[in-house]
Amino acid sequence: MRKTTLVNSLTPIAVVLVLASIYGFWYKRSRGKIRNVERPAEGALTADILGEPLGQRATLVQFSSAFCTPCRATKALLQNVVAEMNDVHHIDIDAEAHLDLVRKLDIRSTPTTLFLDSRGIEVGRAVGAPRRDQVTSALSALR
Amino acid sequence: MTQVTSQPTKSITIDARGPRFSAGITVVVLATALATQSAWVLALQGVVFAIGAFRGPQFTPYAAIFRKVVRPRLKGEVPTEDVRPPQFAQSVGLLFVLVALVGSLTGIGAIFVIATGAALAAAFLNVAFDFCLGCEIYLLLLRLR
Repeated sequence: MRKTTLVNSLTPIAVVLVLASIYGFWYKRSRGKIRNVERPAEGALTADILGEPLGQRATLVQFSSAFCTPCRATKALLQNVVAEMNDVHHIDIDAEAHLDLVRKLDIRSTPTTLFLDSRGIEVGRAVGAPRRDQVTSALSALR
Repeated sequence: MTQVTSQPTKSITIDARGPRFSAGITVVVLATALATQSAWVLALQGVVFAIGAFRGPQFTPYAAIFRKVVRPRLKGEVPTEDVRPPQFAQSVGLLFVLVALVGSLTGIGAIFVIATGAALAAAFLNVAFDFCLGCEIYLLLLRLR
Protein backbone atom coordinates (compact mmCIF):
# COMPACT_ATOMS: atom_id res chain seq x y z
CA MET A 1 0.00 0.00 0.00
CA ARG A 2 3.06 2.22 -0.21
CA LYS A 3 1.87 3.69 -3.49
CA THR A 4 -1.44 4.82 -2.01
CA THR A 5 0.26 6.71 0.80
CA LEU A 6 2.54 8.46 -1.68
CA VAL A 7 -0.48 9.55 -3.71
CA ASN A 8 -2.24 10.67 -0.53
CA SER A 9 0.71 12.74 0.60
CA LEU A 10 1.09 14.44 -2.77
CA THR A 11 -2.61 15.26 -3.21
CA PRO A 12 -2.62 18.43 -1.05
CA ILE A 13 0.41 19.77 -2.95
CA ALA A 14 -1.24 19.09 -6.31
CA VAL A 15 -4.48 20.77 -5.22
CA VAL A 16 -2.64 23.85 -3.94
CA LEU A 17 -0.50 24.20 -7.08
CA VAL A 18 -3.45 23.77 -9.46
CA LEU A 19 -5.67 26.28 -7.62
CA ALA A 20 -2.78 28.74 -7.25
CA SER A 21 -1.98 28.45 -10.96
CA ILE A 22 -5.58 29.17 -11.96
CA TYR A 23 -5.55 32.24 -9.73
CA GLY A 24 -2.07 33.17 -10.99
CA PHE A 25 -3.09 33.20 -14.66
CA TRP A 26 -6.15 35.30 -13.83
CA TYR A 27 -3.93 37.62 -11.74
CA LYS A 28 -1.45 38.10 -14.59
CA ARG A 29 -4.22 38.79 -17.11
CA SER A 30 -6.26 41.16 -14.99
CA ARG A 31 -3.53 43.26 -13.33
CA GLY A 32 -2.95 46.56 -15.08
CA LYS A 33 -5.95 46.27 -17.39
CA ILE A 34 -7.92 49.51 -17.58
CA ARG A 35 -11.63 48.87 -17.22
CA ASN A 36 -14.28 51.36 -18.25
CA VAL A 37 -16.44 52.53 -15.36
CA GLU A 38 -20.06 53.02 -16.40
CA ARG A 39 -21.51 53.98 -13.05
CA PRO A 40 -18.90 55.47 -10.72
CA ALA A 41 -19.27 54.66 -7.01
CA GLU A 42 -18.90 58.32 -6.14
CA GLY A 43 -19.95 61.54 -7.79
CA ALA A 44 -17.28 63.89 -9.01
CA LEU A 45 -14.02 63.88 -7.07
CA THR A 46 -12.78 67.34 -6.28
CA ALA A 47 -9.48 69.00 -5.47
CA ASP A 48 -10.80 69.33 -1.92
CA ILE A 49 -11.20 65.58 -1.53
CA LEU A 50 -7.96 64.70 -3.29
CA GLY A 51 -5.82 67.47 -1.83
CA GLU A 52 -4.39 68.45 -5.20
CA PRO A 53 -5.85 70.27 -8.20
CA LEU A 54 -7.43 68.24 -10.98
CA GLY A 55 -6.12 68.30 -14.53
CA GLN A 56 -8.10 70.39 -17.01
CA ARG A 57 -8.73 67.43 -19.30
CA ALA A 58 -8.08 64.40 -17.11
CA THR A 59 -6.63 63.28 -13.77
CA LEU A 60 -4.91 60.03 -12.82
CA VAL A 61 -5.50 59.21 -9.16
CA GLN A 62 -3.14 56.49 -7.96
CA PHE A 63 -3.59 54.71 -4.63
CA SER A 64 -0.34 53.32 -3.20
CA SER A 65 0.76 51.53 -0.04
CA ALA A 66 4.00 50.70 1.75
CA PHE A 67 3.92 46.95 1.07
CA CYS A 68 3.55 47.29 -2.68
CA THR A 69 6.43 46.67 -5.06
CA PRO A 70 4.76 47.77 -8.36
CA CYS A 71 3.50 51.06 -6.84
CA ARG A 72 6.90 52.71 -7.30
CA ALA A 73 7.16 51.73 -10.97
CA THR A 74 3.56 52.77 -11.61
CA LYS A 75 4.17 56.17 -10.04
CA ALA A 76 7.26 56.71 -12.19
CA LEU A 77 5.40 55.62 -15.34
CA LEU A 78 2.35 57.82 -14.74
CA GLN A 79 4.46 60.84 -13.79
CA ASN A 80 6.44 60.33 -16.95
CA VAL A 81 3.30 60.05 -19.11
CA VAL A 82 1.65 63.19 -17.73
CA ALA A 83 4.91 65.18 -17.83
CA GLU A 84 4.30 65.87 -21.53
CA MET A 85 0.64 66.81 -21.01
CA ASN A 86 -0.11 70.04 -19.17
CA ASP A 87 -3.86 69.35 -19.07
CA VAL A 88 -3.50 65.99 -17.27
CA HIS A 89 -2.48 65.63 -13.62
CA HIS A 90 -1.23 62.65 -11.66
CA ILE A 91 -2.03 62.42 -7.95
CA ASP A 92 -0.45 59.71 -5.77
CA ILE A 93 -2.43 58.98 -2.61
CA ASP A 94 -1.22 56.95 0.38
CA ALA A 95 -4.14 54.55 0.77
CA GLU A 96 -3.34 53.81 4.40
CA ALA A 97 -3.72 57.47 5.39
CA HIS A 98 -7.04 57.81 3.55
CA LEU A 99 -9.08 54.77 4.47
CA ASP A 100 -12.38 56.66 4.31
CA LEU A 101 -11.74 57.54 0.68
CA VAL A 102 -10.49 53.99 0.04
CA ARG A 103 -13.73 52.54 1.41
CA LYS A 104 -15.92 55.03 -0.43
CA LEU A 105 -14.22 54.29 -3.75
CA ASP A 106 -13.96 50.56 -2.95
CA ILE A 107 -10.19 50.36 -3.52
CA ARG A 108 -9.12 46.80 -2.67
CA SER A 109 -5.50 46.55 -3.68
CA THR A 110 -2.55 48.71 -4.64
CA PRO A 111 -1.65 50.16 -7.00
CA THR A 112 -5.16 51.12 -8.17
CA THR A 113 -5.39 54.03 -10.60
CA LEU A 114 -8.58 55.96 -11.30
CA PHE A 115 -8.99 57.81 -14.59
CA LEU A 116 -11.04 60.96 -14.03
CA ASP A 117 -12.51 63.08 -16.81
CA SER A 118 -12.45 66.88 -16.85
CA ARG A 119 -15.36 67.00 -14.38
CA GLY A 120 -13.60 64.70 -11.90
CA ILE A 121 -15.89 61.76 -12.63
CA GLU A 122 -14.30 58.31 -12.68
CA VAL A 123 -14.49 56.85 -16.18
CA GLY A 124 -11.86 54.12 -15.90
CA ARG A 125 -9.93 52.11 -13.35
CA ALA A 126 -6.75 50.04 -13.50
CA VAL A 127 -5.99 47.55 -10.74
CA GLY A 128 -2.28 46.73 -10.73
CA ALA A 129 0.49 48.31 -12.79
CA PRO A 130 -0.79 49.42 -16.23
CA ARG A 131 1.39 49.54 -19.34
CA ARG A 132 2.37 52.81 -20.95
CA ASP A 133 0.39 52.21 -24.17
CA GLN A 134 -2.73 51.33 -22.15
CA VAL A 135 -2.46 54.59 -20.23
CA THR A 136 -1.86 56.79 -23.26
CA SER A 137 -4.74 55.26 -25.22
CA ALA A 138 -7.10 55.62 -22.24
CA LEU A 139 -6.05 59.26 -21.89
CA SER A 140 -6.42 60.01 -25.59
CA ALA A 141 -10.03 58.83 -25.35
CA LEU A 142 -10.69 61.58 -22.80
CA ARG A 143 -11.58 64.93 -24.28
CA MET B 1 -2.17 70.02 7.86
CA THR B 2 -2.81 66.58 6.49
CA GLN B 3 -0.58 65.02 3.91
CA VAL B 4 -2.64 63.65 1.08
CA THR B 5 0.07 62.53 -1.27
CA SER B 6 2.36 59.77 -0.10
CA GLN B 7 5.77 60.96 0.99
CA PRO B 8 8.81 58.92 0.02
CA THR B 9 9.87 57.70 3.44
CA LYS B 10 13.42 56.58 4.08
CA SER B 11 13.46 53.01 2.86
CA ILE B 12 15.99 50.31 2.11
CA THR B 13 16.07 48.80 -1.34
CA ILE B 14 17.38 45.32 -2.09
CA ASP B 15 18.02 43.17 -5.16
CA ALA B 16 14.47 42.21 -6.20
CA ARG B 17 15.62 38.80 -7.44
CA GLY B 18 16.64 37.76 -3.90
CA PRO B 19 13.14 37.43 -2.40
CA ARG B 20 11.89 35.60 -5.49
CA PHE B 21 14.75 33.10 -5.29
CA SER B 22 14.07 32.66 -1.57
CA ALA B 23 10.40 32.03 -2.35
CA GLY B 24 11.56 29.19 -4.63
CA ILE B 25 13.34 27.43 -1.76
CA THR B 26 10.34 28.17 0.45
CA VAL B 27 8.08 26.37 -2.06
CA VAL B 28 10.28 23.25 -1.86
CA VAL B 29 10.46 23.30 1.95
CA LEU B 30 6.71 23.90 2.42
CA ALA B 31 5.85 21.19 -0.12
CA THR B 32 8.12 18.80 1.80
CA ALA B 33 6.41 19.72 5.08
CA LEU B 34 3.01 19.19 3.49
CA ALA B 35 3.90 15.84 1.91
CA THR B 36 5.52 14.43 5.04
CA GLN B 37 3.12 16.16 7.46
CA SER B 38 6.25 17.14 9.34
CA ALA B 39 5.90 19.84 11.98
CA TRP B 40 9.71 19.93 12.29
CA VAL B 41 10.28 20.84 8.65
CA LEU B 42 7.58 23.47 8.99
CA ALA B 43 9.14 24.83 12.17
CA LEU B 44 12.45 25.29 10.32
CA GLN B 45 10.65 27.31 7.65
CA GLY B 46 9.00 29.22 10.51
CA VAL B 47 12.44 30.23 11.82
CA VAL B 48 13.39 31.48 8.33
CA PHE B 49 10.11 33.44 8.08
CA ALA B 50 10.75 34.92 11.55
CA ILE B 51 14.21 36.16 10.53
CA GLY B 52 12.72 37.60 7.34
CA ALA B 53 9.85 39.22 9.20
CA PHE B 54 11.79 40.75 12.09
CA ARG B 55 15.28 41.43 10.69
CA GLY B 56 14.46 41.59 6.99
CA PRO B 57 14.26 39.21 4.02
CA GLN B 58 17.89 39.99 3.10
CA PHE B 59 19.12 38.33 6.32
CA THR B 60 17.60 34.85 5.92
CA PRO B 61 19.76 31.77 5.15
CA TYR B 62 18.02 31.60 1.74
CA ALA B 63 19.12 35.17 0.99
CA ALA B 64 22.67 34.17 1.96
CA ILE B 65 22.57 31.35 -0.62
CA PHE B 66 21.31 33.87 -3.18
CA ARG B 67 24.15 36.30 -2.42
CA LYS B 68 26.96 33.75 -2.32
CA VAL B 69 25.92 31.28 -5.02
CA VAL B 70 23.28 32.71 -7.34
CA ARG B 71 23.93 36.43 -7.56
CA PRO B 72 27.55 36.19 -8.80
CA ARG B 73 26.25 34.15 -11.76
CA LEU B 74 23.52 36.60 -12.73
CA LYS B 75 24.21 39.18 -15.39
CA GLY B 76 22.46 42.35 -16.45
CA GLU B 77 20.96 45.28 -14.64
CA VAL B 78 20.08 44.69 -11.00
CA PRO B 79 16.35 45.28 -10.40
CA THR B 80 15.80 46.78 -6.97
CA GLU B 81 12.76 46.88 -4.75
CA ASP B 82 11.74 48.34 -1.42
CA VAL B 83 12.45 45.87 1.37
CA ARG B 84 9.04 46.38 3.01
CA PRO B 85 6.81 44.39 0.61
CA PRO B 86 8.83 41.12 0.90
CA GLN B 87 9.21 41.71 4.64
CA PHE B 88 5.43 41.96 4.93
CA ALA B 89 5.08 38.70 2.97
CA GLN B 90 7.51 36.99 5.37
CA SER B 91 5.33 38.10 8.30
CA VAL B 92 2.25 36.63 6.68
CA GLY B 93 4.19 33.41 6.03
CA LEU B 94 5.20 33.28 9.69
CA LEU B 95 1.57 33.72 10.73
CA PHE B 96 0.47 30.79 8.53
CA VAL B 97 3.25 28.58 9.93
CA LEU B 98 2.27 29.41 13.52
CA VAL B 99 -1.36 28.54 12.79
CA ALA B 100 -0.26 25.28 11.14
CA LEU B 101 1.93 24.39 14.14
CA VAL B 102 -0.98 25.02 16.49
CA GLY B 103 -2.98 22.61 14.33
CA SER B 104 -0.20 20.07 14.59
CA LEU B 105 0.16 20.43 18.38
CA THR B 106 -3.57 20.13 18.96
CA GLY B 107 -3.79 17.15 16.64
CA ILE B 108 -6.13 18.87 14.19
CA GLY B 109 -4.54 17.78 10.93
CA ALA B 110 -6.90 19.85 8.76
CA ILE B 111 -5.55 23.09 10.24
CA PHE B 112 -1.98 21.98 9.52
CA VAL B 113 -2.81 21.11 5.90
CA ILE B 114 -4.86 24.25 5.17
CA ALA B 115 -2.43 26.75 6.76
CA THR B 116 0.64 25.12 5.22
CA GLY B 117 -1.19 24.93 1.89
CA ALA B 118 -2.01 28.65 2.07
CA ALA B 119 1.64 29.54 2.73
CA LEU B 120 2.70 27.24 -0.13
CA ALA B 121 0.20 28.90 -2.48
CA ALA B 122 1.50 32.39 -1.67
CA ALA B 123 5.16 31.38 -2.10
CA PHE B 124 4.39 29.56 -5.37
CA LEU B 125 2.45 32.56 -6.73
CA ASN B 126 5.42 34.78 -5.90
CA VAL B 127 7.87 32.57 -7.80
CA ALA B 128 5.70 31.70 -10.79
CA PHE B 129 3.65 34.88 -11.27
CA ASP B 130 5.62 37.61 -9.47
CA PHE B 131 2.66 37.86 -7.10
CA CYS B 132 2.72 40.79 -4.67
CA LEU B 133 1.01 39.64 -1.47
CA GLY B 134 1.16 43.03 0.25
CA CYS B 135 -0.54 44.68 -2.75
CA GLU B 136 -3.47 42.30 -2.56
CA ILE B 137 -4.16 41.85 1.14
CA TYR B 138 -2.72 44.78 3.13
CA LEU B 139 -5.45 47.23 2.19
CA LEU B 140 -8.16 44.63 2.77
CA LEU B 141 -6.76 44.02 6.28
CA LEU B 142 -6.74 47.76 6.97
CA ARG B 143 -10.31 48.06 5.74
CA LEU B 144 -11.42 45.47 8.28
CA ARG B 145 -10.50 47.80 11.10
